[in-house]
Amino acid sequence: MQEGTRLTRSIGLIPSSVMIGIFFMVPFVLILLTSVSVPTADGDYQLGFSLEHFDRFASWFYIERALFSAGLCALIALLSLLIAFPFTYMLTQFGPRSQTVWLIYILAQLSLSEVLIAFSWQILLSRTGGIANILVWVGLAEKSFSMAPSAGAVLAALVYLAVPFSVLLLYPALSRLDRSLTEAARTLGASPLRTFFTVVVPVTRPAIISGGVTIFVLTLGAIIVPQVLGKPEHWTLSVLITDQAIFNFNMPFASALAVVLLVISASVIYGVTKFFGGKS
Amino acid sequence: MNILRRLYLAIFAIYLIGPIIVITAVSFNEKRFLAFPPRGFSFRWYAEIFVANDWFAALMNSLVIALAAATLSVLIALPVAYTAWRYGLRYARALFGLGIAPFILPPVIMALGFLLLFTSTGFHGLMINVIIAHAIFLLALPLVTISLGLESVDKSLIEASQTMGASNAVVFRTVILPIAAPFAFAGFAFCFVLSLNEYIIALMTVGFTVETLPVKIFNALRYGYSPVIASIAVVFLLINITVFSLIARFSNLTRILGAQD
Repeated sequence: MQEGTRLTRSIGLIPSSVMIGIFFMVPFVLILLTSVSVPTADGDYQLGFSLEHFDRFASWFYIERALFSAGLCALIALLSLLIAFPFTYMLTQFGPRSQTVWLIYILAQLSLSEVLIAFSWQILLSRTGGIANILVWVGLAEKSFSMAPSAGAVLAALVYLAVPFSVLLLYPALSRLDRSLTEAARTLGASPLRTFFTVVVPVTRPAIISGGVTIFVLTLGAIIVPQVLGKPEHWTLSVLITDQAIFNFNMPFASALAVVLLVISASVIYGVTKFFGGKS
Repeated sequence: MNILRRLYLAIFAIYLIGPIIVITAVSFNEKRFLAFPPRGFSFRWYAEIFVANDWFAALMNSLVIALAAATLSVLIALPVAYTAWRYGLRYARALFGLGIAPFILPPVIMALGFLLLFTSTGFHGLMINVIIAHAIFLLALPLVTISLGLESVDKSLIEASQTMGASNAVVFRTVILPIAAPFAFAGFAFCFVLSLNEYIIALMTVGFTVETLPVKIFNALRYGYSPVIASIAVVFLLINITVFSLIARFSNLTRILGAQD
């Protein structure tokens, strides 16, 4: 009887299992297989085992790109958390109505395509339509100039992209923060600022750490901003993967780079949560 | 302190909304070249979305793909979330974890996987490919929202209706569905919006046959500035705001985002 019901209950899961199996597990396995495939005489590739594509990665050019990507994304994670944390803390103290309005706007902006964010920063940093005009107007600059492409432009746009995500990642922990803790600190004479740094920040540390890791992985996946606002030397691993797959039709090397990207993401998630004890 | 607070909030708001205001202003420019503050005022770049055949086709492609992908995603997620919650099957819970994974990985990895899958099976370039790819990539959203909704169903209600002789199907229809439906809708809406704005998976699965709006925008960006992009950005933002307002209206937005009731 028990076995029978378990079987009938599982039957309902067959379509979902098939979909997840074919369209998540198989592509994943294909990447792994292609990354170690062997080239054939006519320029194609076939199943086999060879590490030549990883060998190609192990040159200073690609290692430097990987280090640059990791460093850039770590910096972005740090900056966006610094910008978003105080706001999120204040947001959770707003009334339910204005909280909802803010959250709707933040969600709407967060869902905006990376293409559109890149486009808007292209405008902001351009010679004719942007921040440079304001600098001229205030008298900080002689005449308007273009601020992109540059590493700063990539950084600014990616931080802008990451801030709404940071708000939403910090929101659960901050809105569940036990108010009696901060009240106790205040009654005992701590200033609001001191309460913030000695109570709020330490209590929400796990969320800060897991939020930082998530932002890191998220910006590691950015494709368009580095292309539109940066020079080729600012391209990240994700851009190189796209470039190899779509424009050079080099699937084995693109797959090898994807495996590297996966390993970097996974080891950062694992390492940081293990080392700092954030929640997974 | 209060002044400091307000100052910080004001700066944050300007930082967040400023770029959007600039795009909005630019989208009403009368001239074809980029100028801020805008010169003149016109709606012509909004009309262009619907008049120019290529932009309109891309918009329709994106809408069809997003609707289909969101529907498919909810259909895949519903049985998994339901069985995991109702019967606690270990297999359903494992499937649940597997369904979350694509969303956590950098999207370019899934995109490359789909590209390899569809080229090696010879189905490259069909619209159904990107629909399935988006449904799987965004599966985490309906999975999470639906299981949040199911958690708020009081299990004693189910027992009560079962003692009164209701069958499993009746319990599902009359007790579980009314409570969980708003959350399933929220999952659908999240999926719809993110699919509409998704770039890399659409590019790698159907980029050269079915042009979605984000892909078309990026292609246009390479040939220089086009004022239509600014008006599309504003339209997209309005669509996003509408959808999330609907979620807030019919479902519990703060709870979905992780606040306690």
